[in-house]
Amino acid sequence: MTGQPSLFLRIGLPLGFGIAVLVLWELFVVGFNIPRAILPAPSEIWAAIQRSTAILWVDWVQTVLKGALTGLLIGAVAGFVAALAIDRVDFLRRGLLPVANFVAALPIVGVAPIMVMWFGFDWQSKAAVVVVMVFFPILVNTLAGLAATDRMQRDLMRTYSASHAQTLTKLRLPAAMPFVFNGLKISATLALIGAIVAEYFGSPTKGMGFRISTEVGRLGIDMVWAEIAVSALTGTVLYGFVVLIERWVTFWHPSQRRGR
Amino acid sequence: MNRSVISASDLSLTFQTNDGPVHALKDVSLDIHKGDFVSFIGPSGCGKTTFLRVMADLEHPTGGSITVNGVSAAEARRNRAYGYVFQAAGLYPWRTIGGNIRLPLEIMGYSKADQAERVARVLELVELDGFEKKFPWQLSGGMQQRASIARALAFDADILLMDEPFGALDEIVRDHLNEQLLALWRRTEKTIAFVTHSIPEAVYLSTKIVVMSPRPGRISDVIDSPLPKERPLEIRDTPEFIEIAHRVRDGLRAGHGYDD
Ligand SMILES: Nc1ncnc2c1ncn2[C@@H]1O[C@H](COP(=O)(O)OP(=O)(O)O)[C@@H](O)[C@H]1O
Ligand SMILES: [Mg+2]
Repeated sequence: MTGQPSLFLRIGLPLGFGIAVLVLWELFVVGFNIPRAILPAPSEIWAAIQRSTAILWVDWVQTVLKGALTGLLIGAVAGFVAALAIDRVDFLRRGLLPVANFVAALPIVGVAPIMVMWFGFDWQSKAAVVVVMVFFPILVNTLAGLAATDRMQRDLMRTYSASHAQTLTKLRLPAAMPFVFNGLKISATLALIGAIVAEYFGSPTKGMGFRISTEVGRLGIDMVWAEIAVSALTGTVLYGFVVLIERWVTFWHPSQRRGR
Repeated sequence: MNRSVISASDLSLTFQTNDGPVHALKDVSLDIHKGDFVSFIGPSGCGKTTFLRVMADLEHPTGGSITVNGVSAAEARRNRAYGYVFQAAGLYPWRTIGGNIRLPLEIMGYSKADQAERVARVLELVELDGFEKKFPWQLSGGMQQRASIARALAFDADILLMDEPFGALDEIVRDHLNEQLLALWRRTEKTIAFVTHSIPEAVYLSTKIVVMSPRPGRISDVIDSPLPKERPLEIRDTPEFIEIAHRVRDGLRAGHGYDD
């Protein structure tokens, strides 16, 4: 319990900084009379958020809940399962890994239109883009984690004459968890970016990416910033949520041990 | 009582390395009888660990033969004939002390009730009762090593293979653990093979002391100890003890043939 920064330091300090930045921003925009089309003041963005809550909510459900999170879930599970398979069957390591590597190198601007052709304009094609984006980081990190046990830990299992499945569940998977969560943290950020950007290549008349691109055209810059604010907040919360689960699952890891 | 538990004849093991072959063991023959406490002593690199790992089927000899409990080392390992204590405690950090000791029991399919009863019993044996729910990283090095010994004692193996288990501990802790180990050996009548660097430790613990020398790794002397089974720490000041220690020292010196 000692040596832990207090609640004030951990939450109050960043919050204070954030508020200070907003205040300076407001003063800057008002003081120098910056045109709204260049940079709206925080108060104007806030007004836009209040004015358009219904639209923002619809966009959020479309892009975050349906596109990003569905894609993240499917991609993460697929990457994890593929890692288990590749780890078990050497033939897959030689065959599948290079293919996965190749797919990971595909640019999103190429993948997104193709997914729209395959899965239609709605959120399914956005989720598919996210799946492609997060699959590889999860796969690679899980594989690295499965290889992260040391010889003595494995020898111990051998002295017990443990089966492959027992060694996997009781040693290699727990040891892999810190790596898996590194992959998840990268993927959580990628998923949001992917789902928003993918909407630039065709979408129904809703979604955060759709809204940003159309509002830019209509010079509704305060609405663009409102969407940016919502996506930044969502990204932060999503990342924080993953970190929270990570702390709970890998409490034993040297980087997580605190207050125990 | 004279049944041979471990029997090696003309055992050789050559590692092929980039710098050419390393003769870790060369023509090693040894019989360990039921209830023996055998120490292996010699300068580092003389093949002590390798010998123990061959007994445990963690390493495969390139010549000669070895039987454990009358069968091949591989079959003995599958029969879970031995408990192995590594040089480092090697407890899994995501498991509590109790959970670590339960690990072999879970793998070997002991019932839940039996597991709990055995964990409690071996924790008492190594004087760690009350620490069952602690995590390894909350314990001192000596306590972790005791937990790793408890882990090797939890299941019914009548052979205990120990590779410098107290090597990293300070003298006082070591003395105490030596006493405990000796008491445990008398009570359980296990057959123990014990690797050490320390002459007093070898003489104090053993019924048989195997002196080894390097390049190639071989046995240079086998000393049967005349000391009684009951050994208070003060026995180390008796003339008999000192005489055996002398003989071990001479054996080590003769095997060396150079100074480093
Ligand atoms: N896996 C291995 N590969 C190559 N050489 C090894 C390996 N294990 C041990 N050796 C070599 O075999 C010799 C004996 O090693 P070891 O049995 O660990 O000695 P000790 O335990 O007596 O210090 C050393 O020269 C060591 O470098
Ligand atoms: Mg060694």
